[in-house]
Amino acid sequence: MATHVTTPGVTTEQPQVLRTRMKPGRWARELGWRHVVGVIAVVYAVFPIVFIISASLSERGTMTGSNQLFRTISFHNFEALGGTRFWTWFGNTLFVSVTTAVGTVLMGAAASYAFSRFRFKGRRTSLTALLVIQMFPQMLAFVAVFLLLMTLGQVFPVVGLNSKIALICVYLGGALGVNTFLMYGFFNTIPIELDEAAKIDGATHAQIYWTIVLRLVAPILAVVGLLSFITSFGEFILARIVLQSQGNWTLAVGLFGWVSDQLNANWGQFAAGAVIAAMPVLVLFLFLQKYIVGGLTAGSVKG
Amino acid sequence: MPTTAPQLDPAERKRHRTSHARDYGPGFIVKLVLMAAINALGVYGLLACWNAGAMGLFWGLLVLLIAADYVYFSKRALPGKYIYPGLAFLLVFQIFVVGYTVYVSFTNFGDGHNGTKEQAVTALLAQNERRVEGSASYPITVVENDGELGFALVTQDVSICAGAQVGDVCVGTADEPLARVDGAQADGGTVTSVPGWRVLTFQEIVTDHQREVTELRVPVSEDPESGSIRTTDGRNAFAFMSSLEWDEDAGTMTDVTTGTVYSPNDRGMFEAPDGSTLNVGWRVNIGFENYITAFTDARYSGPFVRILVWTIAFAFLSVVTTFLLGLLLAIVFNDERLKGRKIYRTLMIFPYAIPGFLAALIWSGMLNRSFGFINQVLLGGAAIPWLTDPWLARLSVLGVNLWLGFPYMFLICTGALQSLPGDVMEAAKVDGAGKWRQWKSITMPLLLVSTAPLLISSFAFNFNNFTLIYMLTRGGPRFSDVAVPLGHTDILISMVYSVSGLDGTAARNFGLASALSIVIFIIVGTISAIGFRQTRKLEEVM
Repeated sequence: MATHVTTPGVTTEQPQVLRTRMKPGRWARELGWRHVVGVIAVVYAVFPIVFIISASLSERGTMTGSNQLFRTISFHNFEALGGTRFWTWFGNTLFVSVTTAVGTVLMGAAASYAFSRFRFKGRRTSLTALLVIQMFPQMLAFVAVFLLLMTLGQVFPVVGLNSKIALICVYLGGALGVNTFLMYGFFNTIPIELDEAAKIDGATHAQIYWTIVLRLVAPILAVVGLLSFITSFGEFILARIVLQSQGNWTLAVGLFGWVSDQLNANWGQFAAGAVIAAMPVLVLFLFLQKYIVGGLTAGSVKG
Repeated sequence: MPTTAPQLDPAERKRHRTSHARDYGPGFIVKLVLMAAINALGVYGLLACWNAGAMGLFWGLLVLLIAADYVYFSKRALPGKYIYPGLAFLLVFQIFVVGYTVYVSFTNFGDGHNGTKEQAVTALLAQNERRVEGSASYPITVVENDGELGFALVTQDVSICAGAQVGDVCVGTADEPLARVDGAQADGGTVTSVPGWRVLTFQEIVTDHQREVTELRVPVSEDPESGSIRTTDGRNAFAFMSSLEWDEDAGTMTDVTTGTVYSPNDRGMFEAPDGSTLNVGWRVNIGFENYITAFTDARYSGPFVRILVWTIAFAFLSVVTTFLLGLLLAIVFNDERLKGRKIYRTLMIFPYAIPGFLAALIWSGMLNRSFGFINQVLLGGAAIPWLTDPWLARLSVLGVNLWLGFPYMFLICTGALQSLPGDVMEAAKVDGAGKWRQWKSITMPLLLVSTAPLLISSFAFNFNNFTLIYMLTRGGPRFSDVAVPLGHTDILISMVYSVSGLDGTAARNFGLASALSIVIFIIVGTISAIGFRQTRKLEEVM
């Protein structure tokens, strides 16, 4: 059954072209220069990353000390992170991003399923409304978010200012607007006959949703979850406004503080923190490249 | 069609006829438990709102709770069961906040106008207190509980502690007026122990809490007009009375020392006949004034226009530069014979896989004038002010965004190039079109059709790319000729952040900040709408 489903946007490898050995002149003209461009592009793309890795391994913590690449190799900066709040921030960020990603997937998938499978009054209007809402970034309303949480906090401190749960709620508020279309299109590619067959066999709508449809749309769930994870991982302005005490900060807020206060003094420590902070996203990205690329070309932008 | 219907035993037949909603299976029990929990939380929330007097929240929560119960227990709201959770969050944290932004943009909400009129009256009465001339002094003891400080005293004058007899011990804090406590012990005029409180020694007051103690104001009763007691030395307190008098019937404030009468004006302030105002006001509706300020007040309109122009230029140039570089690389690598394409691609998308805030912070270090890698190593010690010269800072912002954004464009251009229809190209070749002609008339238009919507969203994203700007330059270098803290690389969203005062650098002005947010909404919305319409035209041409 699952073989009917293809992931949109994922490019399949082109069939191998039979190669005959080219003359060097022709090779240089047609392919060689492409390698030259490729090497330049790769150097441009990775040198800041090489620099930050080298800085994280340098013995001294200052920026001047990090300019000579890989002069010294020491894990001093990484060890020093233990004496800071770095790991608290790291944990907070993972907690916020993972919860947001799971919530986004659950809510987005459920709404897309309803839009894709049921015909109800106001369906077209709601879809159009979502398209319009999508154009207004939630981040722009940060003043109102601040005021809303301030008021909420007077009644329920759990979802007031300085609460990670509140930040997650704010992120989840944007879950439907951004992702419904991405998922809705994918749900439409799953033949509705499957649902009907299951219904005839006596399955309830909940059984059809949880045990049949959700499994078939797993690729898009992964893409939406990842994009949501990456977006909330690096989100700064709302996190900065909502999370007020240092113990609740996320990495974006905390690391910004390190670098903006004393650029030169904390540089080594910042570099080590940056290397660790970049790891989760980088690893996810590289392993799941082709799915993410598919999701991107289906219409979403980096956040 | 089978001619004989399968024979079902009666029990099974019955199950098929009943509605799914009546199927009391494990799913139903899960639903029941979840709904019970939600209802319990909801009712608790309703009570909390009622007690706190937050009626707006109360009604909002009530509507959401009733809707939830209707949707999950009715047989007719099947789609609602799937849409409700996302919709609830969307309504509260997106639609409501956007609506609230519109509301705030029409008010003078901000420092000096933070709350309601009643709150302003209370604050004014408290802030304008003066020591009552020749009043008696009350020996007090400073007590502390979990970081909160309070005064304890042995009652001699029953007028300052309601309901207490002479000799009783009273305790009060900044929030709780003086009230009698049972079980406290006193030695003469000095309180020695109070249940639930720790008595601070004089030494502790002097070394750790001196400022807090001298700033502490303990009200005598709930009524702000009855004054408070304060201390200067931590041992003796004096009665303080407000120099203002609130006349509730006339709605005016009277300064008892000068006799000046302040009456409320339509700007949310108490104003004297000579035009002077008291320093705390309240929130009122001021119509379009914030919008007018943004466009005409010399303090804001000048920087606003410059920032608007730069924001559009920044978003536009970011899209163009990243798209061109991405497209160029996509073309270069769109040759199946090229070995190692996968490795090149993986390494090239590294910048895209680094969280944007980290990338901007790393670049801000590398572009540092005195110690940065670019100046020190690549340019051999040149002290080029990459982030502190207005034009170089703008160039740096665009350059860093190019580094951050080109892999995305590379990916989508590669995807678009690979999905071009081969037969059209073939036909063009047969018709004798040259390489350039094929490119100009077929490849480019087809490529634009599939990438244009993404370019528009990329424009909208960069229009609000707060993280990049704030991490890299914080909007700096500052405008030298402008009083408000704004700078040459500020974009509209970072201007809103500064104006709102939430970063702590300026007085809070929520009204103006919200008005600016609305202006951005309108600009981005209009540009996106026009862009999407143009894209559709492009598709029709094809």
